[in-house]
Amino acid sequence: MPIQYYIYLALSLFSIGVVGVLTRRNAIIIFMCIELMLNATNLLLVAFSKMHHAVALASNTATQVGIEGQLFVFFIMVVAAAEVSVGLAIIVMMYRNTHSVDINFLNRLKN
Amino acid sequence: MNAIILSALCGVVMMFSGILLKNKSAIKYVAIAALLVLIIGNLFQFYGIYTIDIDSKGLLSFDRTGLFFNTIIFVATLAYFILSGSDIERAGPDVAEYFALIFFVLCGVTILTSFNGLLMFFIGIEILSIPLYILTGSDKKNLKSNEASLKYFLMGSFSTGILLMGITLIYGATGSFGLQSTTIKSAVTGFSSAGILAPVGLVLLFISMCFKVSAAPFHFWAPDVYDGAPSVFTSFMATIVKAAGFFAFIKLFAAKSEDFGPGPAWKLILFVIIVATLFIGNITAVFQQSVKRMLAYSSIAQAGFMLFALYSTNDFTKDGILLYTAAYSFATIGIFSILTKMEDYSLDGFNGLSKSQPVLAFTNTVFFLSLSGIPLTAGFFAKYYMLASAIKGGGSLSLVIIAVLFAAVSVYYYFKVIQAMYFKEGVAATNTPITGNFKVALIVLAAIIVILGIYPTALLGFYYF
Repeated sequence: MPIQYYIYLALSLFSIGVVGVLTRRNAIIIFMCIELMLNATNLLLVAFSKMHHAVALASNTATQVGIEGQLFVFFIMVVAAAEVSVGLAIIVMMYRNTHSVDINFLNRLKN
Repeated sequence: MNAIILSALCGVVMMFSGILLKNKSAIKYVAIAALLVLIIGNLFQFYGIYTIDIDSKGLLSFDRTGLFFNTIIFVATLAYFILSGSDIERAGPDVAEYFALIFFVLCGVTILTSFNGLLMFFIGIEILSIPLYILTGSDKKNLKSNEASLKYFLMGSFSTGILLMGITLIYGATGSFGLQSTTIKSAVTGFSSAGILAPVGLVLLFISMCFKVSAAPFHFWAPDVYDGAPSVFTSFMATIVKAAGFFAFIKLFAAKSEDFGPGPAWKLILFVIIVATLFIGNITAVFQQSVKRMLAYSSIAQAGFMLFALYSTNDFTKDGILLYTAAYSFATIGIFSILTKMEDYSLDGFNGLSKSQPVLAFTNTVFFLSLSGIPLTAGFFAKYYMLASAIKGGGSLSLVIIAVLFAAVSVYYYFKVIQAMYFKEGVAATNTPITGNFKVALIVLAAIIVILGIYPTALLGFYYF
């Protein structure tokens, strides 16, 4: 499949994520949209990695070009997992105090 | 490599010290000792003695600038521990964990000063950020702290998403995560508008870094987060973390500008961002009644000055960012250490401090003079180097004039605090008794700032020799 399909797919997923972060008011949904952005990136990284590999394979059959793109995906997954654990803890902490995950509650500092 | 390994190990040591030591003040001394080990380990590497040497396969590269920046950061953290250590003890029950998280942030800083590719850059940014989300929300029962922490977390991970998309697009265009990928390894095949991938990626990278260093128009989270976080941790976030973010930003774009060419469009974008950052930071700070919130806006204004290092890269820039980091961090850490001792954070809370606590009032004055860039303090030469680099790097005189005008504006709101301390009647109450050691530490810090203001070469001499 040509690379542009992957680029369009990843960019549209990413845009859905960005729009979701900017418009939704529920902290959990915003959080899911951020995860969507990260996963769109993962998808595109894998696609680019395969593309670079295929290009290099044409001239050299034992090439390892493109492997670092897939490695990066693992790093993103690990970091995203660490972020989820901290982020959910913060959301739970807020829920305990306000009994809501609506970020419209976040206006105490605007004075 | 010494600093990276040791800072992570120090963090682990601090976590265990929380289990093993029941005495809170003992934990603080363990932290100071661990930091001293870290400074010594880093200096070993700075002077070419590699005690821990791991082959990172080109992912990390150590240069003198990065190692020297590490040293400045560690010394600033030492000042922070000595001055605000007792406030960290009062911040909550988990003292050892707070120190551990601070060491993990330092680990992120050391990675950000030595990355040699976008992978390590990303890891460094994340190691720097994630402990900070926890520190911001460490006052668990306080709604303001909760709000600041959630806001910081959402903004931080949103900008991480943008950062990753930028990195991915650059990878797609160049086939490499390396910093010095001057030659494009393999091009995008079968995609008609492949040429825009790299510039778009670079713009996304730029936007996300502006988020992280709170440059306008991506600054809106900073005042709320700095205001809501417990004051001790605001002090750390506004100084050490911000300076490290700038160092990474400059290191990244100094390397990447060779790839894509510092065209006139980049200069124009930076011009607009610098002016907007200076404008918003300084003008909004004038109207603040709370000193803590005023300092939050002033940190945005100072970010405007640090952005000068991006505008022009020459030999003044490197000296400038090192001096600026030292001057700004020391002064702000000093101010915050006094602020956290005050009963009332508003301007009126400082009324008559010179009568009740003359030492605190005097050192606070020195710190504020340094922040506003008055000669004979470190802040003057820091600003001087930044502006000199802009003039040397391409004659953008209008930008320098705007910056000087905004520096004059900043004098107004910094002097409001000095005026309150010296010329207004009132009883400035402190929430804890001020110890003699604290006063001595403040005087030493103020002396360092004055010495750097008279002999800036005292700092730069270490760097060059």
